[in-house]
Amino acid sequence: MLEYFVQQLINGLTLGSIYGLIAIGYTMVYGIIGMINFAHGDIFMVGSFIALATFLILTSVFGFVFLPVVLLIVLIIAMLFTSAWGWTVERFAYRPLRGSFRLAPLITAIGMSIVLQNFVQVTQGARVKPLPPQIQGGVTLMEGSTENGTILVQLSYMQMIIIFTTLFLMIGFTLLISRTSLGRAQRACEQDRKMAALLGVNVDRTISLTFVMGAALAAVAGLMFLLLYGVIDFYIGFLAGVKAFTAAVLGGIGSLPGAMLGGLAIGLIEVFWSGYFTVEYKDVAAFSILAIVLIFMPSGLLGKPEVEKV
Amino acid sequence: MAARSVPLSSARDDNRLANSLRDAAIAALMVFALGFFFLGVRTDIAPGGLALSFRWGLLFSAVAIVFAGRLLLNLFVFKTSAPITAQFSGMFSGTGSSFAGLGKWLARALLAFAIVLPFFFTYFFPNKDRQYIDLAILIMTYIMLGWGLNIVVGLAGLLDLGYVAFYAVGAYSFALLAQNFGFGFWMALPLAGLLAAFWGVILGFPVLRLRGDYLAIVTLAFGEIIRIVLLNWYDFTNGPDGISGIPRPTLFGLEFSRGEGGFADFFGIPYDSIHRFIYLYYIIFVLAIITNLVTIRLRRLPVGRAWEALREDEIACRSLGINTTNTKLTAFSIGAMFGGFAGSFFATRQGFISPESFTFLESAIILAIVVLGGLGSQIGVVIASVVMIGGIEMLRNLGFLQHVFGDGFDPTQYRMLIFGLAMVLIMVWRPRGLITTREPTAVLKEKKRIGADMVAQGEGH
Amino acid sequence: MGSVLQNEVDGAAPARWDETPILSVEHLTMRFGGLVAVNDLSFNVGRGDITALIGPNGAGKTTVFNCVTGFYKPTEGRTAMRHGAGLQASAIEEVTRSDRRYKESPQGSVYLLERMPDFEISQRAKVARTFQNIRLFGGMTALENLLVAQHNPLMIASLFTIGGILGVPGYKKAEKQAIEKARYWLEQVHLTERADDPAADLPYGAQRRLEIARAMCTDPLLLCLDEPAAGLNPRESHELNELLKFIRETHGTSILLIEHDMGVVMEISDHVIVLDYGVKISDGDALHVKSDPRVIAAYLGVDDEAEIDVPEIKHDLEEVVEEAQELAAADKSKPKPKPKKPRPAAKASGAKPAARNAGSPARAKAVVPAPSEIKIKNAADFPGRQPHGTKKPGPPGADNLTRIKGIGPANEKKLNALGIWRFGQIAVWKAPEVDWVGAWLAFPGRIQREEWVKQAKTLAKGGATAFSKRVDKGDVPTSKARKPRSGGKGGKP
Repeated sequence: MLEYFVQQLINGLTLGSIYGLIAIGYTMVYGIIGMINFAHGDIFMVGSFIALATFLILTSVFGFVFLPVVLLIVLIIAMLFTSAWGWTVERFAYRPLRGSFRLAPLITAIGMSIVLQNFVQVTQGARVKPLPPQIQGGVTLMEGSTENGTILVQLSYMQMIIIFTTLFLMIGFTLLISRTSLGRAQRACEQDRKMAALLGVNVDRTISLTFVMGAALAAVAGLMFLLLYGVIDFYIGFLAGVKAFTAAVLGGIGSLPGAMLGGLAIGLIEVFWSGYFTVEYKDVAAFSILAIVLIFMPSGLLGKPEVEKV
Repeated sequence: MAARSVPLSSARDDNRLANSLRDAAIAALMVFALGFFFLGVRTDIAPGGLALSFRWGLLFSAVAIVFAGRLLLNLFVFKTSAPITAQFSGMFSGTGSSFAGLGKWLARALLAFAIVLPFFFTYFFPNKDRQYIDLAILIMTYIMLGWGLNIVVGLAGLLDLGYVAFYAVGAYSFALLAQNFGFGFWMALPLAGLLAAFWGVILGFPVLRLRGDYLAIVTLAFGEIIRIVLLNWYDFTNGPDGISGIPRPTLFGLEFSRGEGGFADFFGIPYDSIHRFIYLYYIIFVLAIITNLVTIRLRRLPVGRAWEALREDEIACRSLGINTTNTKLTAFSIGAMFGGFAGSFFATRQGFISPESFTFLESAIILAIVVLGGLGSQIGVVIASVVMIGGIEMLRNLGFLQHVFGDGFDPTQYRMLIFGLAMVLIMVWRPRGLITTREPTAVLKEKKRIGADMVAQGEGH
Repeated sequence: MGSVLQNEVDGAAPARWDETPILSVEHLTMRFGGLVAVNDLSFNVGRGDITALIGPNGAGKTTVFNCVTGFYKPTEGRTAMRHGAGLQASAIEEVTRSDRRYKESPQGSVYLLERMPDFEISQRAKVARTFQNIRLFGGMTALENLLVAQHNPLMIASLFTIGGILGVPGYKKAEKQAIEKARYWLEQVHLTERADDPAADLPYGAQRRLEIARAMCTDPLLLCLDEPAAGLNPRESHELNELLKFIRETHGTSILLIEHDMGVVMEISDHVIVLDYGVKISDGDALHVKSDPRVIAAYLGVDDEAEIDVPEIKHDLEEVVEEAQELAAADKSKPKPKPKKPRPAAKASGAKPAARNAGSPARAKAVVPAPSEIKIKNAADFPGRQPHGTKKPGPPGADNLTRIKGIGPANEKKLNALGIWRFGQIAVWKAPEVDWVGAWLAFPGRIQREEWVKQAKTLAKGGATAFSKRVDKGDVPTSKARKPRSGGKGGKP
């Protein structure tokens, strides 16, 4: 059953890419201000709603038909407007609590998550929003036969787009963090915010930009989720957010490649568990792996080991 | 502020106005950007796919409201020489100490009110007494949960985002014991608590080595795991259909039912369904008071001091010969036990339970109550529960708004939105919670309250 | 092997701490990845002694503490804690062979600390500690801090909480006693007035004292203090000395302390152990240690590590330098040096076995490189081979040897005394010469570690190293730019 395995692998990588994109937002924010941005999953949800609305406006109001251009515009607009949401959430719920005690921003983050979910529910309605598949077709990689007939291993164009976009963004962001002065400022704030401020780094701006970058990536993930599954509602943010945070922790929080790796791992675990065992318990599998990894490797797969200072 | 207030020339005023206008314009623009796709556009399922509708009126009124509001705030609060809020902040600046002095009396007054509460409502609000007592039961349940979680988060400083799991274990323990073995509430209650504590140990043992946010995410994961298992283990838990027909509590074998052998019949009073509510209220009241008393006593015991010491500095604890793993486990399991008691009360009160009742949102609400009340503060939990739970339930009674906004307006939709906003605003207003002082557990000469800025918050600070 | 450690200095008569040690650290090694923080360290802490562990920054002192108190698991080695008199060697061996962590008996108990979890070390083995960066429970009052320290006895009195909740009378009494004990210690550290204030509110010196009081509330037999005098003013420092003496005399608690303040160390310590780069370089009483040239070298011999302001040691350094100068002068004037010893330490302690052989230079003959013109009287005391040296610096004068990282002004003088004037001379050293010079300069191993030979090769060719550039810029004191006697921190001249 190699074919089945390969097909699951492809599906797992696709799902993992989406988780990885969201996880980057968690890991960057955690790295820089050490808080779990619980609202980030909902930013992802907001991103997918913006993408949906933009797509509908472009196709039904302006009558654009050429799909690549439409998707490109949708991507850009979704990234821009979702970034505005990310910025606003940071500005109103987290910045006033900067330097305050640790649980306060966690509670405002949970509060913000509730606000975003309910805001979208109130303004857009609670019912799911279906979108017919826009990108169809793919390439058949393998063909195998079983007693039940033939199995085709398909890599759809949608999956290709997701995997390549993720790869592209991942490389871009890694370069951004490692090469630019913004990345340097971010790393400086991660290490020691006070010292960074003394050395002339605009800490508030750097943190805001981190949220904006995270939100932009979440918007990409939102668009892909919309195109891949073709259905969204106001509640998709919670589970995707928890999974993505799990991915970030699994990969080693604070590490960008770790977030991606963790995302892929969670995606693969989920898909393989569904494929070979039960669909119902796929989340249990993901969470259990998280618990096991953390118990034995407390800093995740790629995180720096924490030396206990005595 | 002081420097700004000295010269009040007109040039400065003009400048202020210009600044305020620009600021308000930026805010309005931001609202436009944020609201465009949500207020301005709405997607709805229509035949043949999704249909778009535009609500420019809503969008632009939101923009206008924000512009005006921000401008007024700028002119009269933020950028003025004598902001109105200065008076407010003056009022609240001394709250730490005044609350503390007030706290004792407030606690006594609240306790007295809680004791007479059912009679108060039956006497003064005979038409709405059931509703109010039911609400009081709900609030009391959250107070008990808050007190239980306060042991874990407030005293021991362990961030637990999956507390609802123990609530669920308690509820399901009772429901299943009743369904399969015919246990009554009073027999099942201690067992439910013990089972929850046992689960606390099982879940706590591997994860309590983790620090701070890792602990938080793993407890969250465990909470979700338990919920998913309850949802999918159909043979055992009846899955999403839940368990119904959970027996009501009896008073020494007396059921609160109509007819022969019931409570009313036994005492020779006319049957009234309110009796059962009053009885339920007193059960949860007593359970909550027990939780509180035990917590207060535990704080003065070595284990309670060790919890607080653990929150302050784990390494120092170990250097003093404190077995931190055991200490954390006791905190985790005692907290879980109270969660289990509350859960089994929840089951008997509702008569029906399903995994729906044990989502992450419940954990978040309980945690919010503990943090908003002020970590480690017992009275703070009470105030936060009354404000938050009472507040959202009160929002159900906003039917009059339909007259203002038209019939399509459903105020209950906005409950959680307002709840979330309140959480954010209260936290921004008082990041340390409402009650921020810590009372020492032992005194040599003179009792002094300890300001919150001294007190650590536990893991991973 | 036996647990008696041969003290290298007082070889013949074992020191008091070797006869009745309360704690024996044997062959302790701690590695962090590739870094060896502590290497094969052995020492004894005498019962009832105040033992000081000193050494330059990064010498591994706190690591030793963390190993002893269980916060780190040592890579290798054994740490045995004894309750009760004597060496109890057989009991220790017995526990070591078994897989138990300790053996308790009414006559005396032994504990292998490296096998015990940290909390058990305090609870059972009765070793208490304080921390370099004070770790009080800031949000709890001073009194509460002391009550937390009595956790274990109170836990038993409260029948592991159950009795406490039910309100057994025994607990009330136990708590009263605990408060009394806390009051006693608060009095000893002069904090009774602040008993009900949160610990974070106390001034720094008071916090240090409170931390000691808290450690004492666990009834320790060994109290480990990590830099107790750091940040204290002279008066507080003096009070601390009195407190430590009081603890030792009244409560019989043995004290092991890490300290930078040499005033404290020299005044109160019975026994001083000096670490450098994770290796023990000296062990003995205060008098012995402060005149040990290896200690002086560790603190002062190397450029900018010299960061100590202790008059005694400064004075000692001057002595060494002077002697080296005299020696050099003598070498220049006469072919045979005066019988002046190059190691004043040997004179001070008189402990070096008298194996001096006047004819020893002969042993260096008939080997490549040419035998040295300089005759060192006790050359054979040192392992390896004396390098070739010339009496005269050579035509263009001597090189500035302090451009080599690791050679400070004092060492340069000593090298000059050996007839080493130029980089080229150092560059040809092989292992035997390196060993010999290392021993002569009294810091074995350092030449390899600091790669003098490699540096010298570069410098001999006219090249420069990162360090030599700093010297040339004047960032580091050198023999040419400033007086060699100054032992201050490397600053601009």
